[in-house]
Amino acid sequence: MVVGAHYGLRDWLAQRITAAIMAVYTVILLVVLIGGAPISYAVWKDVFAQGWMRVATLLFAASLAWHAWVGMRDILMDYVKPAGARLTLEVAVLLVIAGYLGWSIQILWR
Amino acid sequence: MANATIRKPRPKYLSLGALLFEIRLPLAGWVSILHRISGLLLFLAVVWLLFMLDRSLASEEGFEAMRRYAGLPPVKLALLALIWAYCHHFCAGIRFLFLDLDKGVDLASARLTSALVIAASLALTAWLGVLLW
Repeated sequence: MVVGAHYGLRDWLAQRITAAIMAVYTVILLVVLIGGAPISYAVWKDVFAQGWMRVATLLFAASLAWHAWVGMRDILMDYVKPAGARLTLEVAVLLVIAGYLGWSIQILWR
Repeated sequence: MANATIRKPRPKYLSLGALLFEIRLPLAGWVSILHRISGLLLFLAVVWLLFMLDRSLASEEGFEAMRRYAGLPPVKLALLALIWAYCHHFCAGIRFLFLDLDKGVDLASARLTSALVIAASLALTAWLGVLLW
């Protein structure tokens, strides 16, 4: 018998793939920042002005959005039992994540 | 059953006091719950971090304002806590990826890698803290 909503494996996998993407980005960002000139406004601005860095940062933000959604939903499923409260919080988390993502795009392509 | 024994009330160990002082988590348990706590913390902090990124990239004055802001002791402390949360989430996450691949699941290596994760994330936090300030 097959039961369930069938999103478990996909989310489990997404959680890990997005984690790997973010880990690689973290290392790249550290190398760029530590390997470059001492951070001034000009250096800082230039780092995020490069096309590849903007795309990589957007990929990081999108990974974070998906990763955070799966993680926060896991937390809500574990600790918030009343269905109404859980649904309300899940919607709130989704709205916050959408806001984060929109703001990130705005910051990157100002 | 005819002669069912009278059920003795089972002890309940999930009071707050028990959670805090009686249930002793093994090291791997600490890594796991701290992974969850650090993840929640990071999720909530993104709004603040985006605010600082936004201001610092917007203008020269904004950048300098954020640099001064990050130097304030309470801000510095909060940032260090977030850096720790990121480092712990990062290291513990890598440990979980190896566990998914069935690597390091026996008791001895699970304990060893738990200790490594806690030590490595603290060391990384200290290193990044020194680098930033």
